[in-house]
Amino acid sequence: MYPYNYHRPTQVAEAVALFKASDDPMYLSGGMTLIPTMKQRLAAPTDLIDLSGIEEMSGLNATAEVVQVGAFTQHNVVARSAQVQATLPVLAQLAGLIGDNQVRNRGTIGGSVANSDPAADYPCAIVGLGATVVTQQRSISGDEFFKDLFETALEPGEIITRIDFPVPTRAAYRKFPNPASRYAVVGVMVADFSGSIRVGVTGAGPCAFRASGIEEVLNRELSADAVDGVEVPDAGFNSDLHASGEYRAHLVKIMAKRAVADLLHS
Amino acid sequence: MKVSLTVNGRAEEVDVPTNTLLVDILRTNLGLTGTHVGCDTSQCGACTVHVNGGAVKSCTILAPQAEGLEVTTIEGIGTMDQLHPMQEAFRECHALQCGFCTPGMIMQAIDLVENHKDLDNCGIREGLEGNICRCTGYHNIVRAIQSVVDQG
Repeated sequence: MYPYNYHRPTQVAEAVALFKASDDPMYLSGGMTLIPTMKQRLAAPTDLIDLSGIEEMSGLNATAEVVQVGAFTQHNVVARSAQVQATLPVLAQLAGLIGDNQVRNRGTIGGSVANSDPAADYPCAIVGLGATVVTQQRSISGDEFFKDLFETALEPGEIITRIDFPVPTRAAYRKFPNPASRYAVVGVMVADFSGSIRVGVTGAGPCAFRASGIEEVLNRELSADAVDGVEVPDAGFNSDLHASGEYRAHLVKIMAKRAVADLLHS
Repeated sequence: MKVSLTVNGRAEEVDVPTNTLLVDILRTNLGLTGTHVGCDTSQCGACTVHVNGGAVKSCTILAPQAEGLEVTTIEGIGTMDQLHPMQEAFRECHALQCGFCTPGMIMQAIDLVENHKDLDNCGIREGLEGNICRCTGYHNIVRAIQSVVDQG
């Protein structure tokens, strides 16, 4: 790992000022992706701005309509939260499926979402539930947030401070994990908002996206069998040693069917 | 830079470059070589220690992030005369082959049992997904953890 200057601000505005004053800075949240990347010298920031000292970025707040998660909240905090389990159980379940226990004790929701890894779990919840990504300067719709492979709508220096998840009538998440890394080869979130269905997909394409074709048929008929008739084109899908694009397109339908079956039994 | 932290109940201060890892502070600066470095890519779990009560990979924490942390390593959970119940169970069940992954396995197993009720064989195996035994000696590791669960 190359040397870097380290900063630990206590306010969001201070973090942004440090970012603007640095040569080639990066924000550090839980570090579960960034630190291994730096160790491999695939990232070499001149300045690391550690967000762990900013108290307002941690913690949870749930009402009947919305679950607000501070960006620095660790995956295990979400997975084990009685509030989240009662209000938005699908989010607690999803958080408990990320990586492994040691990673869930350090990794944060803001770090995961800002990174936009094509196989990460949280982005699926952002698009599947239509969450709002809140930064120090604006609110970004979940549908507009993920742009491409490791690319988001965030501008340089912009910090995610909180994520607001609207509470659906019911929802389910299914993923086909890579057995070694536990990343999603494909993951699908199906959410029912009083009869209006949203379907989020991760793992299949360069970033998380909504499967509008599946949403369309599920809005007509909410059943696992209804998904059979949908064409999921694999154009632009990820293809690697773990799975071809064609296989991922197949998995999108299978995971969607399983999620619908779970949702109907919830 | 100077980093102050508490390790196994003792206040420590070390002076290290910012790009030092917590595992290197433990092993090199503090001489606590029970914590191992296996893969150094955050996958194998041999470097697992407890930070503020939860299992984490000490190869994926930077020295400046360790400021103020309460760290417990394998050296801090029992004594030679009185092993921690998880260590005793690993000994009793012969839950090791070469022993390299064992400290990390034990630290993760303690976190697992503390945070989950009614663990069964499947739950234990899932709970060990962040720890790799390259001898593939999982069977006795799972037996050891199960025996601790059964003892309540």
